[in-house]
Amino acid sequence: MTIPAQDTSEALQKALHNTRHRRLRALKDRFAQWSIAAGGVGVIIAIVLIFFYLVWVTLPLFQPASLHKTAQYPAPGDADAVTRYLAMEEQHEIGVRFTDRGQVVFFAANNGKIISQVNSKLPKNIGITSFTAGAPNKATVAYGLDDGRAQVLRHVYDVTFPGDHRLITPRLENPLGDAPLVVDPKKHPLVQLAVQVGEDTATLVAATDDHRLLLLGLEKSESLLDDGEWTTTRTELQAPAAPITHIILNLDQRELYAADQEGRISFYDIRDKSAPRLVHTVAAVRDGVQISALQFLSGGISIMVGGSDGSLSQWFPVRDSHNNYTLSAIRRFDPLTGPVTSITPEFSRKGFMAAGQRGQFNIYHSTAHSTVLRKTLSKYSVNQLAIAPRANALLLEDASQQIQFYLVDNEHPEISWSSLWSKVWYEGYDAPQYLWQSSSASNDYEPKFSLTPITFGTLKAAFYAMLFAIPLAILGAIYTSYFMAPRMRRLVKPSIEIMEALPTVILGFLAGLWLAPFLEKHLPGVFSLLIILPVGVLLFAYLWQCAPKLLRDCVPEGWEGALLIPVIILISWAAISISQPMEQWFFQGDIRKWLSNDMGIQFDQRNSLVVGLAMGFAVIPTIFSIAEDAIFGVPKHLTQGSLALGATPWQTLSRVVILTASPGIFSAIMIGLGRAVGETMIVLMATGNTPVMDFSIFQGMRTLSANVAVEMPEAEVGSTHYRVLFLAATVLFAATFLFNTAAEVVRQRLRKKYSNL
Amino acid sequence: MNSNKQDHRDMNHSAKNWFKSGSPWVWLTAAAVSASIIMVAGLLALIAVRGLSHFWPTPVMVADYHESDTRTVHIIGEIRDSESVPLARLHANGETIKSDSESITRYLLRVGNRDIQGLDFRWVLKPKLSQQHYPDAVMVIERREWGNFYGHLQAIKEDGKVVKEGDRAWDALQQRIARTQKIFSEIREIEKDDIGAINYRLERLRLDERHMEIANNNDADDRASISRERAVLQARYKGLQQKLVQLYADIGRDVLVAKTGEGRVVDIPLSKVVRAYRPNAMSFLKKCLFYAEKLWEFVSDEPREANTEGGILPAIFGTVMMVILMSIFVTPFGVVAAVYLREYAKQGPLTRTIRIAVNNLAGVPSIVYGVFGLGFFVYFLGGSLDQLFYPEALPAPTFGTPGILWSSLTLALLTLPVVIVATEEGLSRIPKSIREGSLALGATKAETLWRTVLPMASPAMMTGLILAIARAAGEVAPLMLVGVVKLAPSLPLDTNAPFLHLERKFMHLGFHIYDVGFQSPNVEAARPLVYATSLLLVLVIIALNLTAIAVRNHLREKYRALES
Repeated sequence: MTIPAQDTSEALQKALHNTRHRRLRALKDRFAQWSIAAGGVGVIIAIVLIFFYLVWVTLPLFQPASLHKTAQYPAPGDADAVTRYLAMEEQHEIGVRFTDRGQVVFFAANNGKIISQVNSKLPKNIGITSFTAGAPNKATVAYGLDDGRAQVLRHVYDVTFPGDHRLITPRLENPLGDAPLVVDPKKHPLVQLAVQVGEDTATLVAATDDHRLLLLGLEKSESLLDDGEWTTTRTELQAPAAPITHIILNLDQRELYAADQEGRISFYDIRDKSAPRLVHTVAAVRDGVQISALQFLSGGISIMVGGSDGSLSQWFPVRDSHNNYTLSAIRRFDPLTGPVTSITPEFSRKGFMAAGQRGQFNIYHSTAHSTVLRKTLSKYSVNQLAIAPRANALLLEDASQQIQFYLVDNEHPEISWSSLWSKVWYEGYDAPQYLWQSSSASNDYEPKFSLTPITFGTLKAAFYAMLFAIPLAILGAIYTSYFMAPRMRRLVKPSIEIMEALPTVILGFLAGLWLAPFLEKHLPGVFSLLIILPVGVLLFAYLWQCAPKLLRDCVPEGWEGALLIPVIILISWAAISISQPMEQWFFQGDIRKWLSNDMGIQFDQRNSLVVGLAMGFAVIPTIFSIAEDAIFGVPKHLTQGSLALGATPWQTLSRVVILTASPGIFSAIMIGLGRAVGETMIVLMATGNTPVMDFSIFQGMRTLSANVAVEMPEAEVGSTHYRVLFLAATVLFAATFLFNTAAEVVRQRLRKKYSNL
Repeated sequence: MNSNKQDHRDMNHSAKNWFKSGSPWVWLTAAAVSASIIMVAGLLALIAVRGLSHFWPTPVMVADYHESDTRTVHIIGEIRDSESVPLARLHANGETIKSDSESITRYLLRVGNRDIQGLDFRWVLKPKLSQQHYPDAVMVIERREWGNFYGHLQAIKEDGKVVKEGDRAWDALQQRIARTQKIFSEIREIEKDDIGAINYRLERLRLDERHMEIANNNDADDRASISRERAVLQARYKGLQQKLVQLYADIGRDVLVAKTGEGRVVDIPLSKVVRAYRPNAMSFLKKCLFYAEKLWEFVSDEPREANTEGGILPAIFGTVMMVILMSIFVTPFGVVAAVYLREYAKQGPLTRTIRIAVNNLAGVPSIVYGVFGLGFFVYFLGGSLDQLFYPEALPAPTFGTPGILWSSLTLALLTLPVVIVATEEGLSRIPKSIREGSLALGATKAETLWRTVLPMASPAMMTGLILAIARAAGEVAPLMLVGVVKLAPSLPLDTNAPFLHLERKFMHLGFHIYDVGFQSPNVEAARPLVYATSLLLVLVIIALNLTAIAVRNHLREKYRALES
């Protein structure tokens, strides 16, 4: 028999088609496998990414500073002259060198090429005896002359954009007039000098070679027509006994510090220029040591004292209870090995740099109390240091007259373990404190990034919430799983569980706008409820026990809960309605006043009690649901065995069931705790959000999560504040992840145990 | 006597026994459940009552109030709340009232007329009130600015001349309000839709031009076409402007004259009036109609007066829109991850760890996701997108700022564990026999998955998705960082191409509650609206959850039947 050719080809084609089809199917199968695997792994990686991203953003906080040397060149300009001062402008393109011969040299910071050289128009034949620089951000300097006069100068940089390129042109100006100012009418040389020039006031303070300390105050008289005239005040201050080595004057020209050769600092109050006052004198360094450097930190509150023994300490006036200020040592920093030759503050942060005679160079931060960088940059003594206004570049001149130019990477020096978690003595405070105050209008502000008060607030909120939630949820779970009639259980469990899905913003809103005023009004009633409710329930239960059997039979076993609903409502209503009479009888009609006057307890309307109740309410369903599952899952033969041995249901429950299910209850509490710690909206709305460290139930708190929610939108990207908030989020993430993992592991073990039993 | 003592001892004995039996503890545990249930029910009842009663027309009281011994004022207002205050507290606040009882009832009156008196609400002490009555003629006017007005209608003026006075004025007022209302909606349509569209296209043209500048494209034709188009748009804008001037003249025609409680006569232009009604004269049926009208306004209108009046349509729209976008992101990824974990990954310690980790992510605080979304999506991804695709708009960010896309992505991440867990549970419930049967018939694994397993697990996926939606709809904290605003100028979906504007910010029900309840300047006036919004949100979320539970139960039943 032959097969027709046509058929063959058809069969062949069919077979071919089949194979192709099969191959296609196999391909599809493999494709599906790979794409699903890729997708699944991708999703899991995305989840893991969250954690790594959070960590990645916070990491720069803990990175040490670094220096990158880009150039070294001999000091530009007159090689024989001694450099008195170095500075840089905003973009760190141009540096400026002031010499002791009155020469001002502007040069390119990255190669030392001279851009322009200006003679500071000093009168001829007059020697320069001293030099000073005002607050760095004002760019004011002054030469003290040997005829008792001083020349005040300012280095200014004009930025223009010809042809879309930035061009910076440096120039010098005389803010207080071209002619030198007479500081000492007796024409003695000025050996030490300090200057500050503000908008319409200026102050110069000088020490003369005959140990006088002189003050020259200038004030611009108000005039609408012209620029105004400067009126002057001259006074002599009470000079210290020993020769003065340093004078510094703070930015707002209110305080003056003079260091003498015996290592003492005299603190003057010069708010009234015509009557300056010596407040007191303190020994700032050890005996036999001299003060070798004295500088203000930015903001002009703290002074940094460098000693000839390499010591470095921070001081500022601290107010005592009588409103007197005393200059106090705040903290000491890691010392340099040799004498400190130069201290330079950063322009807008509380950091500073110090260099010493042995070429050592350190970067510090005062609030963080940390040494951010430690290096030896020269074989010689370091004479001059200059930092760029953005603290991203550095000029350093050593005794060999070589200038080194560095780029500085020091983004977040204000963060250290101690500034985040320990008490810190902030400027203007009278003692070390835990404070969170991230922002302020002023630029010279010392940011306060202590996570302690907000972590404390988080724990406090969670504690009060758990205090309320744990008893209710666990007891409820016990009853529901063990005693309740199945029909009622089918109704009760889902309705409590649905509450878990209730948006917390609604709970927060009710807590803030309804519960808080309600509690305030009925405070005695609410607290009495704590006692009245259990007692009332027990009383009712006992009476019910004694009630005639006929009545008791109407309510089958396992329905006690339903029976109690009207009872509890009644008791609560009664407690609330006797609240006002109670307030009348016991608390003179106003419990808030009683609390604050008689007990000394501060009462906030939005307090921990409100948060505890509202957040407890949010947590109850979580704890209830998991604990109930755990108790319900206890194998029946265990309880039946116990009951058969003659134990009462309560004994069985407390000795057998609870013990067996205790890991499950533990995991329920952990998960509830995790939720309470991370809850945001309720705390945001139901507390005043003040970061206080007080465990009082009548005061509010600020939690990590609410803090992030409030401040994150305003934090500048990449700033320290932004990264600290990320750190707070990471802490939250880690804490809840830990709680949840502990709970999950315990729960899985329990499940295994049950299946073994 | 003796038996009495016996009884007493018996009772003592039985009380001791009763305690010993442990049954008091059982009762206490029962009380815990009851208390929880009462709180749940009470909370829902509180929201429902306060939210729903807001729309019901409250009778308006007229009374004399003796502010001091010498001063008596005539006040008109709705009683919104009453409480009893201890006399001591009142005295501490400087009240000089004398009374025999220790506490005094006071009322919170909504007196309206904020433009005249400065405050919407005031507390009045009951003993100082006299001549309380509820006259039919007293009128409430809802205004577009300054809140409600309470007073008596005097007359209606047209172009400054009185046309109707006294009782006849009322009917005329209603007709004229209807007329201005019509003109008002016309104006709004032109301003929002037509002029909005023109502005949008003008902005596009500006960006196109800037784009050409950046790309160094000096093509004269392109430039000409842009300026041509711009001229057309500007001409159309002028036309609309003229029409608007005409409409504004029309709407300002009528003015009503009314007298306040203190007797001041004020003119209120009808263009500022939303509605006027006389609650005391309303029949029950009329009140019901009024209630329905207000309820409809609430869900279908835009907010007025810094969100404290009017409706919440933009918030509903924003929430729905965001949730839909989120579902589009979360469903495929969640399902793929679950299928991978359950069907493809090798079961071992690693998958177990991953499963625990995914489970735990559901417990990570939502604000953490918000922080991640802000840092990663908004600043990192969005910033990069702007650099790449929208350089012409810089430095104004397009995607580098919080918006609906980033919000939905953040919430998708947040709800991913919910979907994964639910889907996995669904997959694990499918009997092995079904899979094996399919494979035995020659189907590949992918085919088995696609044709048998996934369809059977689809209800589980639905459950997961519904739970995810319920969670996302109520979540506020992360949204505050990644895209929600108190008042969005335009919806993320409109008639301007490309219709869907994913970069826009949006309004959200949950945030609306937070914002109006806590950031609004007039919290007291806004409170009922917040309750109403809360009620809506709670109802939606409970309905979603109940659906999820029902689907899950149905599913369990189905597989129980299959397995047996």
